Amino acid sequence: MSQYIDMGRNDASRRDWQSVLHLDATLLFGLTCASVFGLFVLFSATDQSHTTLIRQLVRLGVAFATMAVIAQLRPQWLMRWTPWLYGIGLVLLLAVLIFGDTGKGAQRWLDLGFIRFQPSEMMKLVVPMMVAWFLSDKGLPPKITRILIAGLLIAIPVVLIARQPDLGTSLLIASAGFFVLFLAGLSWKLLAGLGVSAAAGAPILWHFMHSYQRQRVYTFLHPEQDPLGTGYHIIQSKIAIGSGGTFGKGWLNGTQAHLEFLPESSTDFIFAVLGEEFGLAGILLLLLIYTVIIVRSLYIATQAQDTYCRLLGGSLGLTFFIYIIVNTGMVTGLLPVVGLPLPLVSYGGTSMVTLMAGFGILMSIHTHRKLLPT
Amino acid sequence: MPHRVTIKDYLFESRLFMRRTVVALIIAGLLFVGLIARLIYLQVVDHEHYVTLSDENRIKIQPLAPNRGLIFDRNGVILAENLPSYRLEITQELVKDMDTTLDKLSQLIRIQDIDRKRFKKLLKQTPHFKPVPLRFHLNDEEVARFAVDRHRFPGVDIVAGLTRHYPNGALAVHALGYVGRIDIRDLQRIDTSNYSGTTHIGKTGIEKTYEDKLHGKAGYSQVETNAEGRILRTLERVAPIPGENITLTIDARLQTRVEAIFNNRAGAAIVLEPQTGDILAFVSMPGYDPNLFVNGIDVKTYRDLRNNIYQPLFNRALRGQYPPGSTIKPFVGLGALEQHTVTAHDSIFCPGFYQLPRKDRKYRDWKKTGHGTMSMVSAITQSCDVYFYDLALSMGIDQLHDSLALFGFGKRTGIDISGEAPGLLPSRSWKRKTRDQPWYPGETLITGIGQGFMLTTPIQLASATATLATYGQKITPHVILSSQSGSEPPAGTVISTSQLPVNELQHWQTVIHAMQEVVHGKRGTARRTGQNASYRMAGKTGTAQVFGLKEEEKYDAETIAEKLRDHSLFIAFAPVNNPQIAVAVIIENGGSGSAVAAPMVRQIIDSWLAPELSQELTP
Repeated sequence: MSQYIDMGRNDASRRDWQSVLHLDATLLFGLTCASVFGLFVLFSATDQSHTTLIRQLVRLGVAFATMAVIAQLRPQWLMRWTPWLYGIGLVLLLAVLIFGDTGKGAQRWLDLGFIRFQPSEMMKLVVPMMVAWFLSDKGLPPKITRILIAGLLIAIPVVLIARQPDLGTSLLIASAGFFVLFLAGLSWKLLAGLGVSAAAGAPILWHFMHSYQRQRVYTFLHPEQDPLGTGYHIIQSKIAIGSGGTFGKGWLNGTQAHLEFLPESSTDFIFAVLGEEFGLAGILLLLLIYTVIIVRSLYIATQAQDTYCRLLGGSLGLTFFIYIIVNTGMVTGLLPVVGLPLPLVSYGGTSMVTLMAGFGILMSIHTHRKLLPT
Repeated sequence: MPHRVTIKDYLFESRLFMRRTVVALIIAGLLFVGLIARLIYLQVVDHEHYVTLSDENRIKIQPLAPNRGLIFDRNGVILAENLPSYRLEITQELVKDMDTTLDKLSQLIRIQDIDRKRFKKLLKQTPHFKPVPLRFHLNDEEVARFAVDRHRFPGVDIVAGLTRHYPNGALAVHALGYVGRIDIRDLQRIDTSNYSGTTHIGKTGIEKTYEDKLHGKAGYSQVETNAEGRILRTLERVAPIPGENITLTIDARLQTRVEAIFNNRAGAAIVLEPQTGDILAFVSMPGYDPNLFVNGIDVKTYRDLRNNIYQPLFNRALRGQYPPGSTIKPFVGLGALEQHTVTAHDSIFCPGFYQLPRKDRKYRDWKKTGHGTMSMVSAITQSCDVYFYDLALSMGIDQLHDSLALFGFGKRTGIDISGEAPGLLPSRSWKRKTRDQPWYPGETLITGIGQGFMLTTPIQLASATATLATYGQKITPHVILSSQSGSEPPAGTVISTSQLPVNELQHWQTVIHAMQEVVHGKRGTARRTGQNASYRMAGKTGTAQVFGLKEEEKYDAETIAEKLRDHSLFIAFAPVNNPQIAVAVIIENGGSGSAVAAPMVRQIIDSWLAPELSQELTP
């Protein structure tokens, strides 16, 4: 094993900056483009607030640094620590439920005295890692008992997070775990069965939902019935996007956001600001950047050399896609309002660090490949 | 071998993963396509719709109310004006401690608990950057006191607006009317967009009739607002077109004089120019102060006005319907002459009563002893009832009705003040229709002396007098002289001129001569009124019974309640040869026409015609 590694290291032709820094140029390019574009939109969305711009820059710095650090960690090292991280994560989630701080009506934060920590963020990475670790132990596709165990591994943190309550994050984690199972070759029959039982389980889920979550679904279905209450978000964001047209009203010229008609314009609804000021053209540009990132992520996964890396990498790429499709679907009125930010564009700290840590893992997977003998 | 198996599995797993990745990519790609389709729908297909919604969001139309037109009398004396009125407003976000501010303010300006309560309620409903009114109609002293201490009250402002004011108070109130706050009934008949910034509307009188001219056209300003409603900038401004000033035919000096002559009697007087139909004075007494109504009258004051037995709110000149009594006689006489029912020389004997053939009932003359032999002129001069009983019977109700209808009795004159009552000129068909009864000859008799069913309004009586004075020239009486855009009356009111048929001018001259004798003749019923007049006037007294006396009952003013006493009437025009003024006066429960109404008319005509008195009128 060490022989291959040495070979890789000694191969002068491969000693370009990417493998030295363990970074991936394509991903880095895509992420940087999205971040810079995002900064422009954010600057406008916050009414040209320099303070917000600087804070976001700092966060981006921290996030990119986190990515770079994680990228240095060998995948094998990550794999070895996976079960431990998972265990710690579960304990922290329980701690949040018992001791957690309440922020905005939901218990998500754990105050460690020096830092306020959101264990659910960590689980966005740890859950797919854990499922990938568990499934890669045996041959694929997984047998039914292993699928059930994997399902349990996903369900426990998802339920704990859903109880905080944080529907957006728990959905994201559930899908991250599900993607691992899907990529591992979950049989189509089982997938169909899952679909049917999900449809059947929806009323049960409805029963367990908080009233505000039910309200969101209801509002999604009939936004115009409550135009000044919960439907206001969707109506105003559709107006913002629609009035933007093909080329938009121009940077800093969006009236919906600047005149405060559009709520949460710098966070969850920033996509509407983009649509209003840069129009369809601006949106397509951002979607193109996102597509580059997603395709590159999936490519990295396919090039990975072991099952753990493949499954984890693929799941991370697809989760990134889920972020985008859920956020844009919500802002354009295709999906109910679920509190998910638009990656790299929305103003916000913790989730961005987690996201970039995920790309760190992808870069690590790609740059720590061993060159196999033919 | 296990090693080989691992390799094989590895390849299999790798392919499986590849397949799954491609499936995921395809699904993701389809979802992106769906998203883009949605975006195209929003941003391209429905773009215009959302642009409209976005503009509606940010652009608000603020109405700008036009200033109401002023009302002048014929000499340019102002009758209705707009005065600045001051209100005190507080902007919440500029005030640190609202209660302290209110307490300090109340040391300068009277702030009642009710003001404070209403203000607190409004405060909760208003965005913090919008001013909330605390007090309305500050007086000059309060404005001055606040102005001195203005610096101590950041966020507190005095805002000037315009409020309708009638500087002469009750003068001509029944002609002018008043404006009041727009209510639900008003909203149903106005163009709400033109009134969106307006708070007041003409409620009665000229203010109501000429509302369209007086109001003007609302302007607007287009402003950009944020989601809270704070105005950020003005995009467009279209100035309002102020209402037109209008000039009335009323002469404020004469109006004042006539109202003074009434000396608190209840009744009405119409003074008009026979040649033009211009109303010089429009009096209904008692009146009231229209300023009370402009900004809402308080309940007690209103109740007092409503319950006042003299009914100051009642427009007697326009809506009061009275039996014309003997004032109808010249018109009946003229009708009979023109129809050749009698000649001026035919005479009958008046024994003091009249009986229908084969009937026992006696129709009494006001003069118990009788007038003796009477012809047309003496019957009008002395107001002989018996002569007119007989004349009416000879004419018959149909002819009586038709000749009186020519002068406009029983029909609205069409004066440009709304709410006119039609009066009542009875006829066979009217009685059949309303009472389902045939017409009785006895009813013809009393119609001939202006009693029974017949009712007229003061404006009708004055208009008929003017028509008589001008030998049949009938002009719709009106109060508008001119407005900035011309003198046309508004839709629905037409000033028309027509000429009544004149068979023989001599008939008219006979009747007018008889009316002159009423005032200037030795035996005229109003001979005392005509004494020492520098001009010749033609008139006719009238005493209208409010309730019917039994056949043998004697009328005694002392013994019956005031409300049941006779109405006192007098109609006149002067000078006889060149009529410049026609007057109808009715004093409710005033007693006899010769004693009360006639001397008042003399005073009125004196003030208009006598040059020295007209000097006196000049303010």
